[in-house]
Order: sequence, then C-alpha cells, then structure tokens
Amino acid sequence: MMKNNVEVKNISFSYGKTEILKDLSLDIREGEFMVLLGPSGCGKTTLLNCIAGLLDLTDGQIWIEDDNVTWKEPKDRHIGMVFQSYALYPSMTVEKNLSFGLRMMNTPKNIINKKIKKASNLLQINELLKRKPSQLSGGQRQRVAIGRALVRDAKVFLFDEPLSNLDAKLRAELRYEIKKLHRDLSNTMIYVTHDQIEAMTLADRISVMKDGLIQQLDTPKQIYNKPANLFVAGFIGSPSMNFLNAKFDKTNQNLIVGKQHINIANYENINNLIDGQEVVFGIRPENIKIDKNENTIQCNVELVEPMGADTLVWTSIEGTPISIRLEGSSNYNLNDEINISFDINKSSIFDNKSEERI
Amino acid sequence: MSVIPSGPRPKHLTIGRIGMYCFILVCAIFFLMPLYVMVITSLKDMDEIRAANILNLPKELSFYSWPKAWSQACTGFVCEGLKPGFFNSIKITVPSVIVSVGLSAINGYALAFWRFKGAYFFFGLCMFGAFIPYQVMVYPLLKIEDALGIYSTLPGIILVHTIFGMPILTLIFRNFYASLPIDLFKAARIDGGNFVKIFFYVIIPMSTPITIVAVILQVTGIWNDFLLGLVFAGRDNQPMTVQLNNIVQVDYGVAEYNVDMSATILTSLVPLFVYFISGRWFVRGIAAGAIKG
Repeated sequence: MMKNNVEVKNISFSYGKTEILKDLSLDIREGEFMVLLGPSGCGKTTLLNCIAGLLDLTDGQIWIEDDNVTWKEPKDRHIGMVFQSYALYPSMTVEKNLSFGLRMMNTPKNIINKKIKKASNLLQINELLKRKPSQLSGGQRQRVAIGRALVRDAKVFLFDEPLSNLDAKLRAELRYEIKKLHRDLSNTMIYVTHDQIEAMTLADRISVMKDGLIQQLDTPKQIYNKPANLFVAGFIGSPSMNFLNAKFDKTNQNLIVGKQHINIANYENINNLIDGQEVVFGIRPENIKIDKNENTIQCNVELVEPMGADTLVWTSIEGTPISIRLEGSSNYNLNDEINISFDINKSSIFDNKSEERI
Repeated sequence: MSVIPSGPRPKHLTIGRIGMYCFILVCAIFFLMPLYVMVITSLKDMDEIRAANILNLPKELSFYSWPKAWSQACTGFVCEGLKPGFFNSIKITVPSVIVSVGLSAINGYALAFWRFKGAYFFFGLCMFGAFIPYQVMVYPLLKIEDALGIYSTLPGIILVHTIFGMPILTLIFRNFYASLPIDLFKAARIDGGNFVKIFFYVIIPMSTPITIVAVILQVTGIWNDFLLGLVFAGRDNQPMTVQLNNIVQVDYGVAEYNVDMSATILTSLVPLFVYFISGRWFVRGIAAGAIKG
C-alpha cells in the first residue's frame, strides 16, 4: 500500500455565504498524477488554491507528507505551482524568474546556478535565460513557468489549467512533455483541467467534480467505462455517450424504449434492477454496431460526420438522437436504412431518479 | 488586372472636423491669452504699463522685474523676493511627496492583494476621505497639531500634506494593483515572498507608470497649495504661493504689475515643468488602468 502524499480532510470553503467546497476529502498517493476534472465553477481551482494555501479554509485540514499544513504559508508547504496565465514576473529575465524562489530562501549562488541549469536543460529553455517574459511565446512562457516550479524541488506540483491558453498543437506538445516530466521525476502532481483529453492522457487517477463535490475518483479507464453517475457519463467522452430513457421489463430482461426492446441479459448488474424501474440506458458511440442480427433496431441515417480516423453516423431511436462511431473508411449515405445493436457489456444503466449507476 | 474600389475615396476633412478644429483653436486662444498678457506685462516697464495697452507688445524690453520678483520684492516687511518661498516650497513638497506616495503604494498593495479583514471597510473609508472638502478638517487638525507641538513647523505642514494626499493616492494605487493579474501575487507567495519581499521585488518594479502619475498629482497639488501652507506652515516656512500673495497684495506704495506677473510665472514654473516632461507618462499611467473604477 502506497503512502499518501497529500491528504485533504473534510475541507469546506465559502466565499461569504456561497459554499464552494462542501466537506470534501481526497487522498493523493506518493508520486501520483491526480487530475481534478470538471466544468467551470465546480470548485476544482478553489480546491487547488486551498491545497496551495492561497485560500484559507472554512473547515477541515490539509496534510502534505504527514505534516498538517492547514495554516502554513504557501512558501512553507514545499509546493510548486504553474498557472494558466503563466504568472511570470514581467520585470525579471527568465533566469531571475527561475531563481526568484531560491533567492528568497537565501540559497547559495552556486547551488542556484546548478538547479537552473538542470531545469533549463530538462525543459530546453537554455537559450531563453537572458530574455524577458514579454519576448517569449506562449509555449515558451509556460515552459519557464514549469521550470520555476521545478527548481524549487517541490514535493508536490500543482498545475492550474496550464495549457488552456495555448493553441491546440502546442497543447498536445506540452501535454506530452508534462507526462514525460512526471515519468522522469515521479513527483506527486495535482493537475486541474476542464479538458477531458488532458485528464484521460495524463492522469493516474481522475477526480471528476461538480458543485464542490467529487462525483467519481478512479482511473481514467474506470471512469470512461464505468461512470458512477449520469453526470460523469455525460461529461467524459467526446462525442458523448448516448442516453435513452427506458423501462425495465424483468420477465424478458428487456429495456423498453417506446416501441423498441433492448435485451440486457448480459448486463453485469442486471440483478439490481427491479421490474418496471425507470432507468436511463447509456451507450458510447463506439459500442454500437451496425449488423443484421435478430436483436437489432432498424433506423435511418440522418447525418454523417467524417472525422478522418472515425466517421460519426447520426440516427435516432424513438426521437432521441443517437451517434455511432464507425471506422473512417465506412461509407454510409443520408437516409440509408441501418440495423444497429448494442454491446450490452460495455453499456451503463442509471437509475432515473438518483442518476446513480446500477 | 488590378481591381479598384468604386466611387470616390471618403473625404477626411468633413464639416464636423473643421468645426472641431475651430473649437480647439478658440479654446487654445482662450487659455493662452492670460499667459500672453502675463509674459508681455512682465517685460514692460511701469510707464508703459500705465499706458494701459494691455495686449500690445512691449516697445522696449525691460527685464528688471524678473530678478526683482526673485530676490528683492517685499513680502510684508521683508524684502527678499520669492527666493525663500521657493526653497520653503521645495522643503515642504519633496518630503510630503515621498512619504505620501510611499505610504499610499503600500496601502494600495495591501488593499488589492492581501484582502485583510475589514479591507472593504477601509477601502470605503478611503473613498469617503478622498471626497471630503479639506476645509472641514482644517480647524480640528490645527488643534491636534497644536497639542502635538508641531503646529507652525515644517514637520507639521508635511504631515498635513501627507494626510490629505493619502486617500486619493491609495485609491489610485489600489486600482492599479487590482488590475494586475492576481496569479503573479500567488506565484510570488509560493516562491517564498512575504508581505515586504513581494512588495519590493515583484510589485515595485511593475509600478513605474502609476508612481509617476501619483508623483505628478502630489507635486502639482502640494506646490499649488495655498490654504494649508498659510495655516500650518508657520511664518518661517511659508511656501512660494503664500509669499506670492504677499507680494501681489500690497497695502501701500505702488502696485508693480510687471513684478507681480514675473512672480506669478516663477511660482507656476515648477508644475508647468512637471507637466511638460511627464505628460507622456501621465497618459500612459492613466491608460494602464489608474483612474478607472
């Protein structure tokens, strides 16, 4: 069992009367890459700021490396932080930016130089050391900002949507580099983002948040394949999961959607379903097949979106739009008649009221 | 084949524009007229002034009024010209500006970034303070300074100018700092800065434009002040404005208009100079979000 590196214990945070975090607990293991994912306003950045000590908690405790840091100054928490806006000191050169934290701690000059050299080699910013932040591109600025966190030998790295201000190509590049950095340094990293691709690719574990609460905390695979509730299911995945409102018919082990019947005998937790229960049937676009078995539903192609590697075919069942992800080479035209079937093993069924996965 | 735009090019000189230039011209003449009269009157001798052709150029240039205004004109019973007043004004202005701008920068920084308990109340208090006419506070302040034993002294008048300058300067600094990205401040806190270190290493290097605006406001405000200088400075520290008044308001003898004009121009030289060298910075500071909100 791995040791916990950062422990968030029952914390609450309010701005005046607005409660942003409610009794939230989160354990982050040593060397883990934890991603806090959620829509804007879900409290993920607030949580990160609380861990950094930039906001004072209303209630609860924060522990870093078996040390209660709840009321400690940010500088005494052994953290490094990278911001969305880069937050480089505009009046200092890159070199001074990198060394600022060390200079504040009165580190000897030769050690500072050594650390700067190491960090700038790692991030390939050697040629930029004498420049001012205003003379750098966005990608270069963010590299420097990461470097500034690196030189401090932080126990925990905090990233606050670091790639959101970059264009798509740079974002992919830096994402790759952050992942590599984590592989090489194996420090604990906490990363806030609203971009699910970043979350899926980078995380050891993702904690999906909404309204100040953690909806699900698990590996990217689990979150994608077995979403804990309707919110997580809808938030993760692009194109997003298809949902159908249905009723369970226990005797035939069918879900009834209007006039259509879907046999779910293969669903893992079918025994938890009650006869007549109102449910939401969720299926990802790639888990729908077009074939001509007896258990298929007949429908028409309503829209085709070729995306290169994949082709997205849109149809509808009982008025609800359904997207199907097919190979890029597949060839369907408007109004083609198709028969579709679902991979029930990979589907998710949620209770209509509680919205929890069954 | 090249493509040309169809129709005539839109005219840049429209009637509205001509009207605007006329208006600007009239304004310029209106405001420059008194200056013109002052300069030519200061260069005339008394005989010519008595001829009452106020707008005519001097027939014969005479410069004697300038040195007289500077070092010989009588202010009350002493006849040393404006020179002592000039140095008094410098002795009052320089420390007042440094202290008030420095303290206001710290105040603004604390209000914008540290959000201590009651910061909003304090901010409101500053707003309130900035809009109270200071005549209201002259008498209570006089009593307080008297009790402290600094009434009619140089430290006394410096304290008064510092107090009256701080609300508006604090507002200006706070608004400027509030427009800086808060992430910078957060990064500095993580990097190990405390209140003082962040201020000196991170905030001050970014404060040049707003500091210049604040200095201009204070230098001109304090230099041009008459009331506070008259009440609080005491006989030995009378600023230039008070001495100018004493020169102009003669109760006996001849009113020497040319000397009066020279003295007035001399007194206004410092603010004029400040505006001329710093106009560019002033605009830049305001554009940087200084006076907004």
